[in-house]
Parts: sequence; C-alpha cells; structure tokens
Amino acid sequence: MKELPEIDVAGAARTRHPLRWVASLVLLVLAAQLVSLLVTNPNFQWDVVGRYVNAQIIGQGIMTTLLLTVIAMFVGVVLGVLLAVGRISENPVARAACGLYVWFFRGTPVLVQLVLWYNLSYLLPEISFGIPFGPEFVSADTNVLITPLLAAILGLGLNEGAYMAEIIRGGLMSVDPGQTEAASALGMSGARTFRRIVLPQAMRFIIPPTGSQVISMLKATSLVSVIALADLLYTVQSIYNRTFQTIPLLIVACVWYLVITSILYVGQSFIERHYARGATRNQPQGFWSFVTSFRRRPMPTPEVPS
Amino acid sequence: MSVPMVHARGVRKHFGHLEVLKGIDLDVQPGEVVVILGPSGSGKSTFLRCVNHLETVDGGAIFVDGELIGFEASGGKVRHLRKREITRQRREIGMVFQQFNLFPHFTVLQNVMEAPVGVRGAPREQARERAHALLRRVGLEDKAGSYPRQLSGGQQQRVAIARALAMRPKLMLFDEPTSALDPELVGEVLATMKGLAEDGLTMIVVTHEIGFAREVADRVVFMDGGVVVEAGTPADVLDNPSSPRTQAFLSRVL
Ligand SMILES: Nc1ncnc2c1ncn2[C@@H]1O[C@H](COP(=O)(O)OP(=O)(O)OP(=O)(O)O)[C@@H](O)[C@H]1O
Ligand SMILES: [Mg+2]
Repeated sequence: MKELPEIDVAGAARTRHPLRWVASLVLLVLAAQLVSLLVTNPNFQWDVVGRYVNAQIIGQGIMTTLLLTVIAMFVGVVLGVLLAVGRISENPVARAACGLYVWFFRGTPVLVQLVLWYNLSYLLPEISFGIPFGPEFVSADTNVLITPLLAAILGLGLNEGAYMAEIIRGGLMSVDPGQTEAASALGMSGARTFRRIVLPQAMRFIIPPTGSQVISMLKATSLVSVIALADLLYTVQSIYNRTFQTIPLLIVACVWYLVITSILYVGQSFIERHYARGATRNQPQGFWSFVTSFRRRPMPTPEVPS
Repeated sequence: MSVPMVHARGVRKHFGHLEVLKGIDLDVQPGEVVVILGPSGSGKSTFLRCVNHLETVDGGAIFVDGELIGFEASGGKVRHLRKREITRQRREIGMVFQQFNLFPHFTVLQNVMEAPVGVRGAPREQARERAHALLRRVGLEDKAGSYPRQLSGGQQQRVAIARALAMRPKLMLFDEPTSALDPELVGEVLATMKGLAEDGLTMIVVTHEIGFAREVADRVVFMDGGVVVEAGTPADVLDNPSSPRTQAFLSRVL
C-alpha cells in the first residue's frame, strides 16, 4: 500500500479571486462617477430641491398619498380575503363569481379603471338603493357622490382586491390540510379554524408579496394625478408647471417616495418576524432583543432540541 | 349490557368508483382497547375517519355512546346533521394522526389549551393548569414553552395525545401514531398509550405494532379489502388466525 503524506490543512493559503477585485474596482469607479455627476452638475439644482423638500404644500401631498395608500390597501385586503375565501369555497357560483372578478380587475389597466370610476356619471347619472328591479329608497347624483377621492379609492382598492385575492389564496393553499383536519377533530368550527389556525400560518406566505403590493400601491397612487387629486406627484407637477423646475421637483418627489418605502420595508420585516413564530427550530428574534443586540452582542447560543 | 361506546353496522364508503369500506361491523365497549390491523389500502384510516365524521359514511350507521354520528333520524327519516352539530359530536372524540398535525405557530402549551378554551369556553387559568397536568402525564412538562418544530417526533406525538386528551374525550382514535417515528422513538409513544389504556380510556388504534396489540389490546380486528376478516382476542387473532388472509399478513409483518 502507498504511504500517504502527513499533512495538516490548518493555515492553508486562501484561493485568490482576481476577477472579484476587477469587478469591485469597476463598480467603485462607476459609483465615484455617479456621485461626481450628482454633485457637480448644476442642472440638478440641489438648492431648489433643498428649498422644496420640506415645504408645507409637499407635506399635504404626502399626506394625501399616504391616506390613499392606506385606505386603498385596506379595501384591497378586505376584498382580497373575501374573494380568496370565495374562490376556495364549496359553492360553485361563488367560485365562478370571484374568479370572474379577479379576471376582470387584473386584466384591465388600473389607469383605465380609475378614469372609468371618475367618469361613472356618463354611465349612471344617478345611483340609488332599493329592492333590485323594485322600488328605490334613496338616490343621489353620481357626480356629487363620486368625488375624486372616492373614485381614487374605488379604482385603486377594487383593483388591489383582485391581486390580494390571489396572494391570499396562495397563502391559504400553502397551509397543510392536516391542520384543518386536526382542528376539526378537536371540534373547532370552520370560522374559528380559519381565524386561529389557517390564517396565521398563511400569513407567513402572504406578508412578503403584500409588502411589495403596498410599495406598488404607494407608487400607483401617483396615477390619481390624472383625476386631479392633489397627491405627492400632482403637487410637484403643479409647482413645476409654474416654475419650470421640473427635474429638482421630481427629485423631491422621489426622495419622499424612497423615504416612505424605506419605512415600510422596516415595518414589513418586523411583521414577518412576528408570523415566523415556530416556523423554524430557532426562536425568531423579538423586537427588543433585536434593538438591544446592537449594544450587548451576546454570543449566539444554538438552540439544541433535546 | 351497557350501551357500546362505538357501534358500527354495515358501514360503507366509496371514493368515486372505488369501494373502500364494504360493510364494516364493529362494537367497542366502554374502556375497551381495540387494535385494527390490516394491509395498506384496506380502509383502516377511512373507517377511523368515519367514526368522527371526517369522512361521511355512504351507508350503514355509526353510533358513539348511543348517538348517531353525522346524521339525525326522526320519524322514520334520516337527514344529514348541520355543521354545528357535527362539530359538537367531534368534541367527544379525540384523534391522533400519523403526522401529529400540531399547530406549529402555537407553543406546546397553547396547542393543548386552544380547544378547551376556544371551543369549550374553559377559563384560561383552569385550562392552563390542566394543560400542565396533561403535559406532565405525557412526560413533557418542561417543553410547555417550546414550539412543536423544536421537539423530536416522539415528543410531538405525545403533545398531540395531550392535546386530544384536553377535550376529555369519551373515545380516542389513533391512526398509525408511531408510523412516522424513528424506531427508537416508538417506545415512548406506545408507553404513553399503554398508560391511557390502563386508566380505562376507550381506544381504537390502527397500528402495525404487533407487540402493542398483543400486550395492550382487549381485541384485535383484522381488516382487508374493506371488510373485517377476523376479530377476537390478541391470542386468537395473532397466534391462531383462522383466515388465510390474516395468516399471510401476519407472516409478512412478524
Ligand atoms: N379522499 C380519498 N379520495 C380517494 N381515494 C381515497 C381517499 N382516501 C382514501 N382513498 C383510498 O381508499 C383506500 C383505503 O385507504 P385508507 O387510507 O383507508 O387505507 P389504510 O388501510 O389506512 O392504508 P395505510 O395502511 O396505507 O394507511 C385506498 O385505496 C386509498 O387510495
Ligand atoms: Mg392509513
């Protein structure tokens, strides 16, 4: 038999990665160029950006944008839960109706939907409530009823409902059917099983895409400028239409969209942590241990199941 | 004689064209432990799931403690029970699954407390004390705060047993409770079940653990092809099987 040499791999030389160095260098040069372009090019008009970035009128636009995002998202989520439950229900009529809804609202541009809601009075000059095909109790002029804000909420919310329905349905279907069986065997009602057992587990799959939806919604609200609702984008547009400082004002808008998106992103990661309870063998880190870990930095002790 | 805990007569069940149960007759007396044996696909799980109405029977009838399961008979007519009634019936029947099916987003304690508090409306403190007592009984009191995925399979199955017991069931159904476990973990679950049997709980156990059947069962039932082929004491069925089908099955598993 051949004698094997005596070798200890401790302290072995590392593999060199020259390509990594080249790629890093290229990126650094590009970054430096970008910064110098941003700083030295006077056309960015940073002084104008600085003047407007916390102007009061911009603040009002931000409030409208946030309000619209929150309300439209709320409508979307509530509708999404109902549609998702409808699509997995045992009632074939409900399944078909909810499927049709999703098909229509996902299949047409949201801009068109917004404009349609805004111009609803062309189709229905009057809206009334009563017994279908029977007597009417109250009726109102559509033009008075559908304000730009309501049109925006309807347009964005109903559209969002279709997307959320698919996200929630996917989340619900990803929960092991054994969970529902175990709950049934314990004598839990269907509603309680949904609320306590299925939905909380589905949330793990629902939250990440919903976070993307909120960010999309935040930016989609800028579409409402076409129906003359003074959101963030509409506000900066109305300013640069007077002052012709188009680029700096669009930068102001972008800065704020980025600020809000960053806050949402942090919020999402905390919600994800909450719903990750029990999902892995290691306990998810709580909010306070996360915050205080910057100071204490304890040695991680691996959780060993005994 | 008292009312049997389970009285099944001519239970039939089919999935599409596949006839899975072809008329099952089985009586289980209060306090009795019945082990069901049989080859894969013989309908053991299906029968067990009919007893707590996870599956709707297509013919025959099942009574648990004198109450018709899943249906209501009055004035010579039989009709399906409403969901709420079925839910009420299931509270009296505990079930333990092959795959444990613990709720992974709840701690062990919450798993055991969820049904008594949420379904029976038991006061929290009382339910917590009882949950701790049940966990002590299955030897897992120190795991009350853990999440199911942090436990071994055998520990998870013992929690599942405690969770079912928390509803104080009249009858417990076990569907291959040890089949998903590593061999060295089977013993701890069987020991827990043996303890329940000694305490007088009425149990129907589907298992391939012949040793458990011999030691704990009052009666062994051999099923094949959707019918009960043979039933009797463990000694009769396991050591002196009369049917060639039982003999063939036992020679394969023993
Ligand atoms: N929901 C269902 N739909 C269609 N067929 C089913 C369904 N459930 C069970 N079956 C079929 O019924 C037959 C009996 O199944 P069952 O699970 O009762 O067998 P088993 O005796 O428990 O077998 P095993 O030992 O493998 O668990 C099988 O052929 C199975 O494929
Ligand atoms: Mg089975």
